[in-house]
Amino acid sequence: MGNPMRIRAAASDGVTEVKVLMNHEMETGQRKDSSGNLIPAHFITELNAKHGDKVVLQAEFGPSVSKNPFLSFKFKGGAKGEKVVISWVDNKGDSRSDEATIG
Amino acid sequence: MKTRPMMLALAVAAAIAAPAAMAEGSTADGIAQYRAMLAEGNPAELWELAGEDIWKEKAGPKQASLEQCDLGKGPGVVKGASAALPRYFKDTDRVQDLESRLMTCMQTLQGISPDNFVKGKWGKGEMEKMEQIVAYVVGQSRDMKINVDMSSPQMKKMYALGKKAFFYRAGPMDFACSTCHGEDGKRIRLQDLPNLTKHEGAAAGWGSWPAYRVSNGQFWTMQHRLNDCYRQQRFPEPIYGSDVTIALSVYMAKTANGGTVMTPGIKR
Repeated sequence: MGNPMRIRAAASDGVTEVKVLMNHEMETGQRKDSSGNLIPAHFITELNAKHGDKVVLQAEFGPSVSKNPFLSFKFKGGAKGEKVVISWVDNKGDSRSDEATIG
Repeated sequence: MKTRPMMLALAVAAAIAAPAAMAEGSTADGIAQYRAMLAEGNPAELWELAGEDIWKEKAGPKQASLEQCDLGKGPGVVKGASAALPRYFKDTDRVQDLESRLMTCMQTLQGISPDNFVKGKWGKGEMEKMEQIVAYVVGQSRDMKINVDMSSPQMKKMYALGKKAFFYRAGPMDFACSTCHGEDGKRIRLQDLPNLTKHEGAAAGWGSWPAYRVSNGQFWTMQHRLNDCYRQQRFPEPIYGSDVTIALSVYMAKTANGGTVMTPGIKR
């Protein structure tokens, strides 16, 4: 299981803004280590954001996304006290899911 | 048909004007803008989260947590502790910075030998945990005022030593800290360097380290920062937690006194 994410969500005027900080190496597969061997690729491939049962964002990530990526997005709806769930899957089949309460 | 060339001419004029307008804002402004964009999602928060858990976790041969560690505000008090460091500690009879104090706590409370750090590698093993704990502790002083107590003779002595070290020229390039950090308007590559001999510069520098470095995805403590300053000057790299590093910290912190703590910071 991956490392925990830091998620913040705030609702105002019927719009919820979500900020996610992911903890991931995001290794491109292009770099070499000190002895010249290729470092195997290791990056997030899919990300999913849910508000209740409804998927509000789906994203495909690739090796061009930075290490420890930060993602910010807004969706219509959402109220204080409700939950937002973010989950990702990486190319090694590892996954992580974290939730935050809308404040 | 007549209007077309006019439109085109306008578009060309606009295209020429745009880069000129951009060039007016200095590179420093561009970097400041970049930092502001990054600050919202400072990955140092990930180190803070991990550090908070490690602080409360039982570890070492003595299977104890760091919750009884005295960072100068009493056992277990983390809030505001790093804003008042370095300081003189009676129990060790030394002026200590955050990291040397944490080494003391780890040794006495947990039985973790300082060799793990002095002979350790940045970002590896116990050192990685140290970096996470540092991120957590400095985050607990965010937005507070830098407030270093200079009343003890030991602190005054360390300040004098730090000032001497700051201006001490040596090494194959005959450099001192002051070569780059002793005047206004100096820069390395495209980045402005703070003048650490003045309050504004010291507050900006001392107040924003430890920090996450975007370019290499690492979290650097103050000890790591100072070590690398010496490496860049082609000096022998100082021993982790040694007196010269603490003295330089006292020199910077005293000059920065009254400034705002912005740690953990973010650097490009």
